[in-house]
This record gives sequence, C-alpha cells and structure tokens, in this order.
Amino acid sequence: MKPITRRRLITTGLAATAGMGGLAAADRIARRYNLIPPDDQGFFGPGETLTYAAQRLMTAHSPARGFPRSMISKTPFANEVGPLGDAFKHHEAEGFANWRLKVDGMVAHPLSLSLADLRSLPVGAQITEVACEEGWSYVAEWIGTPLSSVLQEAGVLAQARYIVYFSIQPAWWESIDMADALHPQTFLTMGMNNGDLPVGFGGPLRLRLPRQLGYKSLKYIVRVTATDSMKSFGQGLGSASPETGYAWYAGI
Amino acid sequence: MATLAARSKTKILRHSALVRITHWLTVVCFLTLAVTGGEIVISHPRFYWGETGNVNMKPLFAIPIASSRDTVPTGYSYVMPDQNGWSRYLHFEAAWLLVFTALAYGIAGLANGHFRKNLLPLPGQRNVRAMRDRMVRYLRRAPTDPSEARSYNVLQRSAYVAVVFGLFPLVIWTGLALSPSFDSAFPFAVILLGGRQSARTLHFFVSWAILLFLVVHVVMVAVSGFWSRFRSMITGRIAVGEEGE
Repeated sequence: MKPITRRRLITTGLAATAGMGGLAAADRIARRYNLIPPDDQGFFGPGETLTYAAQRLMTAHSPARGFPRSMISKTPFANEVGPLGDAFKHHEAEGFANWRLKVDGMVAHPLSLSLADLRSLPVGAQITEVACEEGWSYVAEWIGTPLSSVLQEAGVLAQARYIVYFSIQPAWWESIDMADALHPQTFLTMGMNNGDLPVGFGGPLRLRLPRQLGYKSLKYIVRVTATDSMKSFGQGLGSASPETGYAWYAGI
Repeated sequence: MATLAARSKTKILRHSALVRITHWLTVVCFLTLAVTGGEIVISHPRFYWGETGNVNMKPLFAIPIASSRDTVPTGYSYVMPDQNGWSRYLHFEAAWLLVFTALAYGIAGLANGHFRKNLLPLPGQRNVRAMRDRMVRYLRRAPTDPSEARSYNVLQRSAYVAVVFGLFPLVIWTGLALSPSFDSAFPFAVILLGGRQSARTLHFFVSWAILLFLVVHVVMVAVSGFWSRFRSMITGRIAVGEEGE
C-alpha cells in the first residue's frame, strides 16, 4: 500500500467531490429532460433509469422495423389472457357494437369513441413484430388509428407527460411517455392481417407499441388518460407491471 | 521480521489495480448475467433461427427442462415459478455495470499499453506453433518459465484477446439486438445477425462460450497454484518462484 500523502488526499478528495457533483448534475439534467422512469426507486432503479434514459435519447423518433408482407407469420401466437370477465363477454355477445374508448385527463375535450368513430379517424397499417419478454415473437400486419390522432382530436394539453391506458380487465393498466404516445406507429389497433383483430390477439381494441415488448401492448383498451404525473395511479410506479415485479419501460 | 522483509522483496507486481478491480467487477457482472439469463431462458426454453419463433413454430432446438410458462409444451406436467421480473431488471443492471467496467478497462488498457504489452501475443509468438509448444508444456506439466510470473504466456494472451475483444463485444451486440427499441434506431444490429430469433440463439451460445472460458480459466488457475494466483488477483503481487507449481 502506498502511504497516504497530502497530495494523494487532496486529489482523491477533489475527484470524489467532482464525482458527487457530476452525479448530482446528471440527476438534475435527467429530471429536466424527463429521463427518469416512474419505477426509478430501489435496488433496480439505477439500471432501469440508465436503460430508459439512454434509449429515450437514442430512439425518441426512430421507427420500429417494418417487414415485407411475405414475412407475416403464418402461425402467430396469441398469449393466454386468463378468464375474461362478464363485462367483456357482454360486449363480445353484442359484437362489440357498444364498445367505447374514453379519452380523458389532461385534454381540452374529453371523448367517448365507438369503434366506428375510431375508424372514421385516419387509419393506418404497419407490418411489425410482436416480441414477448419470454423470448418468442411473430410478425403481423396491424390496422388501426394512431394514438396521436386520437390525442390530437381530444386536444391533449402541453403539460401532459404520460398517457395511461386501461384494459377492460380490471388489473390491467399501463402507461407510456409522450415520445411513445405520439410516435406514428403507436396504434389503437382494430384489425390484424386484413381481418378484425381476434379476441385472442386483443380484439376489439389493442394498443400496439412495436418499439416495446409485448406486455406493453395492452389488450381490450377502454380508456386512455393524459397526465403530468404517475404518482396518483396505483402505487405510483407507472403501471401494473412494476407492481408485479416487471419493469415499466420495456424497450429492452 | 527479517523473514517477512525477505519475502516481500521477492514479490513482484503481477496485476495492476485497474486490472484487479475490473476483473472482479466482471466476475460479479458475468455471474449475475448468467444466472438471470438462465432464469429468462426458462420462460421459453426453445430456440429458433431467423426473424420469428414461437410455440406454433418448429424450434431449432429445445432445452429439455420444464418452463415457467404453461403455454410452452415441455413434456413436464408442472410449471416452474416465474422469475422474469427481477431477472430482467437485474440482467440489465448488471449489463450496465459491465459496460462501465469495460469502458474503464478498455480506455486504460489502450492508454497505458496493457493490451499491447500484456494481451497481444509477443512478436514471434503470433502463430500456431508457439501455441502448440506451450500446450505441450502444459500437458507435460513442465515447470513455468520465470518470465510468466510477470506476464502471460501465448495461450493465456490468445484466450484473453478472444474473450476481451471477441466474446464480450459479441455478447453485448447480440444482447442489444434483442431490444426492439435499440433496433428501431440501429436496425442493422439485428439484421446483420439474421433476425431477432437468430440474435437470441447467438446470445445464448456466446454466453455459453464465455462460461466455458470461465471454467477453463478457473481450472488453469487451480493447476498453476490456486491460492498464489487467487491472492495475486487481489493484492496484485506474486512471489517469484511461487508461480507454476
């Protein structure tokens, strides 16, 4: 071991101070540019924050990979969804004629849209891959209304930072930041491979988010809410996923 | 006291502080990544080639273990507990620590000549014959050349170069290619690997290659004198004549 000299003590002290100052400055900058995810607490917070911040800086506007029609999977896999509740079965019996999407929160004009209303907005199509955090994947064509069109229609306020979305299944809710919410490939999806979106794949309405893993593409959407803070939703961690141990951000 | 002084005089510096610190950080990161990666594989112990793959498709191969998802046909009647939540969080946290460790090691190694002096095989030894000769000496249990106390032999250098500049960059690349968001910004990261499922399969094999290196590495440390080598990676010092026993 080298003896502790005054010079060594001073340089180490300076380096430590600079390091701490650098971390504090990085934290302030990250907060200012909304680079901190809602589930930044605890032991996994640093890793989650680094992943989210790095990917948000690199991928704010990048498009998810598109595929040629020939690569559409012949055998897509509909992950199990558990027993669907009576509310859903009632809608299914009606052919989803009375399915409504509520748009509320930090918007100028709250909306209640039927599937026909959604179809009257600009409808788009994308051939993208669903990748599950378990490891499997498939490619399909998805037909739907970009979430950004609906938010524009509702007049989303400038201070909104997150869009929270809810399934008709009670415990299912997720949220995304505005970069993902306004991304042109974030769809309120009603069709798949030139047909109606099957129930197993999230029909009649699924939020498709091709730049994140499958569990963020919530099935059976009935409500989207604009908010500037996730604190008042559930445990304040951003979505139901962190409450069951899964990361809020699923871009990786 | 006299004997202690005499002993300390014969000790030489084998590993710099940076190499020692980054070595153990890498050990912690890699073992964490291996365990959490294994847990994630259990949720879908099937591997595919190409862009897509799921239980409705024929796998390239399947690991004959039970799964933590009842949607995967494994032949077992039971389902393992789901560990993916914390495994994924911890996998990426360890990956970040590994990236910072690699950056410190890489920048320092280039700046202070560690790679050039200690990792690149010496001029005249960059050939199969030199590697074969050293291998023969290992197999004959020949005594270690005194020069090997200060630095690495040609086989060590070749293995370390392959791991540091081959396997670790590959495992990071194939891992990043599994991120749909990363691929949106850098699509060629996954296209060059032949698609998402190919990237996943390669990530799995490269991880096993590093694990294989780890096993051989620990065996070689044991063969060369486990405690003296182990101690030298902590204190940095090794007694001359102690190595290669």
